Amino acid sequence: MSFVLNMLNGGVQELLNYLSAHVITCLVPAFFIAGAMAVLVTKGAVIKYFGVQAKRWVAYGVASVSGMLLAVCSCTVLPLFAGIYNLGAGLGPAITFLYSGPAINILAISLTGAAIGWQMGVARGVGAILFSIVIGIIMSVLFRKEESKRLGEIEHLPEENSEKPGAFLVLFFGVMVAVLIVSTSKLTPWIKIAIDISLINSLAIMVHHYFVKGEFESWMSETWSLVKIVVPTLLIGVFVVGMVTAVIPPEWISRYVGDNTLGANLAASLVGALFYFSTLTEVPIVKGLMDLGMNEGPALALLLAGPAVSIPNLLVVNQIMGLKRTAAYFVLVVLMATLTGWMYGLFLI
Amino acid sequence: MKIEVLGTGCPKCKQLEKDVYNALAELDVAADVSKVKDMKKIMSYKVMTTPALVIDGQVKISGRMPRKEELHQYIRESE
Repeated sequence: MSFVLNMLNGGVQELLNYLSAHVITCLVPAFFIAGAMAVLVTKGAVIKYFGVQAKRWVAYGVASVSGMLLAVCSCTVLPLFAGIYNLGAGLGPAITFLYSGPAINILAISLTGAAIGWQMGVARGVGAILFSIVIGIIMSVLFRKEESKRLGEIEHLPEENSEKPGAFLVLFFGVMVAVLIVSTSKLTPWIKIAIDISLINSLAIMVHHYFVKGEFESWMSETWSLVKIVVPTLLIGVFVVGMVTAVIPPEWISRYVGDNTLGANLAASLVGALFYFSTLTEVPIVKGLMDLGMNEGPALALLLAGPAVSIPNLLVVNQIMGLKRTAAYFVLVVLMATLTGWMYGLFLI
Repeated sequence: MKIEVLGTGCPKCKQLEKDVYNALAELDVAADVSKVKDMKKIMSYKVMTTPALVIDGQVKISGRMPRKEELHQYIRESE
């Protein structure tokens, strides 16, 4: 009986931890940013850099960061991946996009920062971008002789929303990121509120002058639909992690992944690569493991290998590019996550 | 008229399918509606973003949700 109570108590404690001010003040602005990106960033503008004619290095560069703009869940990532592979710039940039997409979206990075620590959030973001380019290039070198035949060119369709000037988008998203940073900073509460109110006012002015009819509504409905997709599974994930970590003896964790050894990093990246983490639940899982004594290196390895690769995702990727390339991708992700985690644990802490 | 909704099963793709049925009912138009989940088939329409709407083999929308009036217009045009 006390075992069950202990578990439930752990789950509730962990939930309360996530419902605390610092996580909510970070997640709420992040949801609005992600929603605005889905509505305002015209996909056509990004996709043209993935075309057959695009310069190689441009395609890699755009693929490594565009996940931030385009992708929140793997259901947008996979069609784009298949598209880049079959219709556009080919295997290398497609792999770069496939890897970085789910790892660097704004929600994942800000939640990692708020729940685990900003150093880990930054390490995850920077690690994922570099790592995705390296994996993409290695894949395209490995399979350079057998690039598949392209199915054709991408079809360009007119977009519904008015295209905004680049300077406006930079300013608009810059102000929203400023809200996120101010809200999560350590300033005294009334200063925070004062700065936030003025920033939000300037957003309102921008919306009033630059948005065409219907865009504000689509922004809000996009934000709400993201909340509906992400929050329930995240809360369930947090609760389950809290229950499980309440009853696992810490020695188990510290024995396997307590030190920053290559073996511990390999174990962490294998676990990350095989299991499916629903959007953002990787963060409470890693946080729970770290509370039980997991070292920072393996924690980063798990975060790097986790969201990008999982068995269901590999099955779809396998349909698109075949077993040989999928296996090579899997091995590369595990090896690179192991090495990056190990180096992070070794040099940066 | 043949309407295809392309999507891998994400919430928006399901919503688009519902919207199509609602629009057909409201306009009182008959059509053969199907859902395309196979990635190879989706790629054969040369779209990279889902949800996408294909009417009689022609891609009308990709990567976003159509407004109601817009969807009605596409259906009326193809009738």
